[in-house]
This record gives sequence, structure tokens and C-alpha cells, in this order.
Amino acid sequence: MSQELFDAMKQSIVDGDEEQAAKLAQQALAQGIDPLVAINDGYVLGITYVGEQFGAGEMFLPDLMLAAEAMKAAVAVLEPEMQRRGTQRQMLGKVVLGTVKGDIHEIGKNLVATMLSASGFEVYDLGVDVPFEKFAQKAREVNADIVGISALLTTTMVGQKTVIETLDDMGLRPKVKVMVGGAPVTKSWAEEIGADGFSEDAMGAVTLAKRLLNA
Amino acid sequence: MSVKINAIDQLRLSLNILSREEVHKIHTATLDVIESIGVRFPSQKALNILEAHGATVEWETMIAKIPGRVVEDALKTAPPIYTLAARDPAQDLPMDGQHVFLGTDGCCIEVIDAFTGERRRTTKKDSEDCARVADALEEVGFWWSMVSAQDQPPESRSLHELEAAWRNTTKHLQTESIVTEPEMAAAIEMAAAIVGGKDALRKRPILSIMQCTTSPLGHDGGSLEAGLLAAEAGLPVGYMTMASCAFSGPVTMAGSLVVGNAEVISALALMQLAHPGAPVYYAAAQTAMDLRTGGYTGGGPEDYLFGAATNVLSDFYNVPLSMGAFATGAKEPDWQAAVDNAFSSFVASLTGSDMLLGCGLLNGSRILSYEAMVMDCEIYSIVHKMMNGITVNDDTLALDVIRAVGPGGNFLKQKHTRAHMRELWQPRLMDRRPYGQWEEKRDGARDWARAKAQDILTNHQPDPLDTKLAAELSRIIATVEK
Repeated sequence: MSQELFDAMKQSIVDGDEEQAAKLAQQALAQGIDPLVAINDGYVLGITYVGEQFGAGEMFLPDLMLAAEAMKAAVAVLEPEMQRRGTQRQMLGKVVLGTVKGDIHEIGKNLVATMLSASGFEVYDLGVDVPFEKFAQKAREVNADIVGISALLTTTMVGQKTVIETLDDMGLRPKVKVMVGGAPVTKSWAEEIGADGFSEDAMGAVTLAKRLLNA
Repeated sequence: MSVKINAIDQLRLSLNILSREEVHKIHTATLDVIESIGVRFPSQKALNILEAHGATVEWETMIAKIPGRVVEDALKTAPPIYTLAARDPAQDLPMDGQHVFLGTDGCCIEVIDAFTGERRRTTKKDSEDCARVADALEEVGFWWSMVSAQDQPPESRSLHELEAAWRNTTKHLQTESIVTEPEMAAAIEMAAAIVGGKDALRKRPILSIMQCTTSPLGHDGGSLEAGLLAAEAGLPVGYMTMASCAFSGPVTMAGSLVVGNAEVISALALMQLAHPGAPVYYAAAQTAMDLRTGGYTGGGPEDYLFGAATNVLSDFYNVPLSMGAFATGAKEPDWQAAVDNAFSSFVASLTGSDMLLGCGLLNGSRILSYEAMVMDCEIYSIVHKMMNGITVNDDTLALDVIRAVGPGGNFLKQKHTRAHMRELWQPRLMDRRPYGQWEEKRDGARDWARAKAQDILTNHQPDPLDTKLAAELSRIIATVEK
């Protein structure tokens, strides 16, 4: 195995270089390297490094986002070979995410989706203006561990409560954990509507998701 | 009794932030964006209007590409000068480029109780209370929907906020929480009821409307349609961009100005195309994303620069500006709050913001603090004094007085001193006591600000609404409730 190649993979993530990450993945396939090994001994080390640097205040959110995009590009190249071999990445859990009905704000929710998926969660993003019952339907369909509900307006925030009620009605809780977020969402609101947790920023959402699943 | 508003009415200081050539570059880039990339208008009604005036509409994505000349021509029909009327005409606010008026900040979700210090979710009662405090503070020129009345139904919440304010202040109201047509129709009806009909309202708009854009390069459908309805009724309508560097706009400030400008002027152009001559204004509260959390910073040098630059743009388009100043990200009315709010309000005043938003909120406009509200007014009073500049004439040069006192004397006993001493700025919250006095009490600005707010909340009686009128407002609100 080529340590040099793994180092380059790690570096492509640190640099947030999508093209380079994908190119190296193709090289790995050409050399017959097991895609899971490429991911775990190459790319993931890059994600870990970027995460550490972020924690230390040396790197910033755009570094994380670009690293996540590069990771996605590499995994996309490796995916078919993983399927052929019947192997798959060990994920931390499945998360269904969306911005609640009546609300079209998506940047914050997208940020959370990217950070979760870079951190090893399988993310199902329902988009914006999502009908209340859709969250529960999707959660049941994919056997989700967590449902994340975003809202930016005080008027749409009440929809988070409705989503939780539909999850309750369909008997999905407490197995499915609920996290809520968005500018007007506070700890007391999250407690009042019976969410399992809330976060004020994207990195906090990742920490919360890990805590909810004891991952 | 209604107070005399302490407006900044002498704009004697100025600031050069963008050259004519730079403004022109931003304008040209903006038109390029609107024409070749387009702006999302998720409203059939808005898109029909734009298409009828020559825009290319991609119906699938609801993106309109509007020719630059259409935008430019439309903006020319916007009135450069008009008046924001108040329930008490003595408190009218001329939007004439010669004044800066302070408004309250909005629309927060939590309040720090003025008496218990407890932080809790906001209700309609808080809307009433903060309007009463705004009514009493002479620095406050107009009331911006300050808190979200979260105990009221979502479909009529914005109207309850207005009703609470009209019952408790005679000053002009500006709302930023009406984002549907039914609510806007009801708000127009409420305002018309107060001034005596829709024609009277057109002449005396006691309510103005603020809508937010959806950065980057988008609008909210409800906001557009509500705005169109307000423009039709002659209520001044503004669109506010919060395009933030590195998040909802390019990381570079010039690029974020272009994105924000494209959002605002495309919406203002729409208003003019639909209702030529309708009073409109530019509004902005741009910032830089916090690189660590991705959050809206509410402060920092980029905010202050945006405040100044936006004024130059609104001047270029010859419409008034409502500028997001103050609105610190600080969690308490502390050092950070003072730095943020002093810089942002001063820089936005230096460039002549007609409306200066707004006093009283912490944590990036999320928490109402009465202490902060009173302290922000003190900051505003300092800015007010600075904007007066220095008057140089025979009387102020005071040569006779200097001659009379001569070397080694003092100026305390001079009539000239007594005649002019009240022109010196007088602190109400700055601690200028001798150290020993402070050491004995160890109190300060926050204590005095809180005491003032408590006094207003306990004692101030605003000029009430006629009881029949108050009942009429409640009746109108009930019509939109499910």
C-alpha cells in the first residue's frame, strides 16, 4: 500500500480540493486498493485533522465545508466499488433534516446537513417548506435515528411542535430523537415542545447528534 | 403626554467611504447581477408585474432577470422626500436627508424583565411595555416592532404587536413582521381607522413597512405581496438585506454590497413598477458571518463599514435609508455592547441614515434589555452632540471673554459661560463622580438605566387611543384570526 497516496488523500481533504480528492480516489481504484481502507486510512484522517484545527481555532467554517465537499467527492468515486464488494462505511446514524412548512430559509439547515454528513452521519435532507407529516414519514421510511427540524421565524417555529406531535402520533418516539434549531429557537422552547435537544450553531448540532446516539 | 423627539438635525460631520466611481462600479455590477443572473421572486403576482415590464422570467425557478434600464427607470419614480407621520403630528418625521431618527430594534424573542431581571419569552404585554418606554424616551423617534408577541396566534401576531404599540405610543410605527397579504390588509385598515380613512392614511402614513430579503438574491413571496399591498395604500415600504460576508454573500465586502444591493433595488423597482411614486426606502443590516459558528455577528468593523457604505448607495438611488445600527451581539449591556453600538450608530449617522435602527436589544436583536435601551439612548445623545460639530463665529470664538479673563484667570464667572454651558453634553449614565463616592456605592450606568426604565414603566402614561378606536382595532384583528 502506498503511504504516499494516503497522505495525499488526507491532504486533499485538508486543502478542500474536490478535484484532487476525486482524482486520488480513482488512482486508488486503479491500484486495487479497498475503498474502505482508502476512506479510513486516507480521507478520514483529513477530516479529523480539519476538525482538530477548527477546535484549536486555527481553521474556520469554510475550511470545514470545503473539506466536507472534498470528502463527498472522494466517496462518490469509491461508492460503486464498495457496493460491488458488498461493503459499506460504518455510519454514526441516520438523520432526517428539513426546514419546517411555511419557512424557506435553508442556509443554516444546509450547514448542519454538511457538518453532520462530514462527521459520519447519513443525512436525508428534505429541503425547505417541508409539510409537517413528511418528517415522520421519511423517518419511518429510512428508519432514522434523529429528526432535525429547522425554523427561522417565530411564526414558523411553532411548526416544530407540530412535527414532534406527528412523530409521537406515529409512535416513532422515543426511539427517534428530535433536535431543533434556528435563530428564534431557545433552550426553553426546545424543552417546552419536548425536543431531545437544540443547538445554536452547526458544530453544536454535530455534538448534540453524537450525544443523542451515544456515538 | 407625548414628548418632543430629540432628532439629529444638524449633519455637520461627514465621512468619505466610497468615491463616485466606486459607487458607480457597485451599481453597474448590481445591474449586471439583476439582468444576467436574476433574482428569485417566489410570487406569481410579482413575476407577472416584472414580466409585463420586460423582465425575462424563468417560471420553474421563479427567477426574474430584469433589464438594468427597467430597474433604473423604475427607481426614478420613487419620491426622494416624504414624511413618516405619527399619531401625534408634532412627532412627524421628515425623511428629507437632513435628519437622523432613532428607532427601536426588533423583533426579539426574549426579554430581561425590568424588575426581576429574569429572562423569559416575549408576550404581547412586553410589546405594550416597550412601546410605553419608547414613547417616553425623547431620543426614540419611532417604534419598530420590538418584540414578538409570542402568546398571540401566528396569523395575527404582527397585528397584536401593532395594536399594543398604538395603544402605548403616539410615535410613528414601523413593522417588520407582516409577511402575508391578509395581515397587511388588516394593518392598513387599522392605520386608516386611526387617521380617518384610506385617503387620510395616504397623506399621513402613521405606519411604514419593512420587509426582509432572502439572501442571497431572493425574496419571500409573502413579503413581496404584502409589500405591494402596502405600496398601493401609500404606506412607505422598505426592503432590508442582511446579506452576510462568507455566508449569504461573498466574503469580500464589495461583493456582499452588490448582492445586498441587487436584492433591495430589485424589490424597490418592483414596488415602483406596480405603483409608481409610492414612497419606498432602502434598508440594510449587513454583517460578516462569524467564521467559527456561522452565526450573524451583530457588530464588528465590517458592520460599521456596511452602515456607512449603504448610506452612499441609498443616496445614489435618492431614497431614504433605514439602517441597522446598534443591535450588538453582546449578551449583556457591557463593554462589547458599548463598542458595537457607539461605532455603528456614529458611522451610520456620519453618512446621514434617515432611520437608525435600533435601540434596546442584545444578542444580535434577540433579547430585549431595558437597561440596554436606555444606555443606547445615551450613546445616541453622544452621537447627536458630535453631529452638531463645532460652530465658529464671533460669539463662539469668544475673544472678548478671553481678553477679560486673561492669563491665569478662569472662565467660571463669565456670563458667556453661563449662556453657553448647556450646549455642553450632559451625561446621565456616565460616571464622573469622584472615586470615593463611587467606592461607597459601587453602582453605575446599568443601575441608573434600570432605574429610569422602571420609573417609566411605573409612571409614564402615554396619550391613550380613543376607546372606540381601540375596540375597532381589536375587531379588525379578529377578522384575520382563524
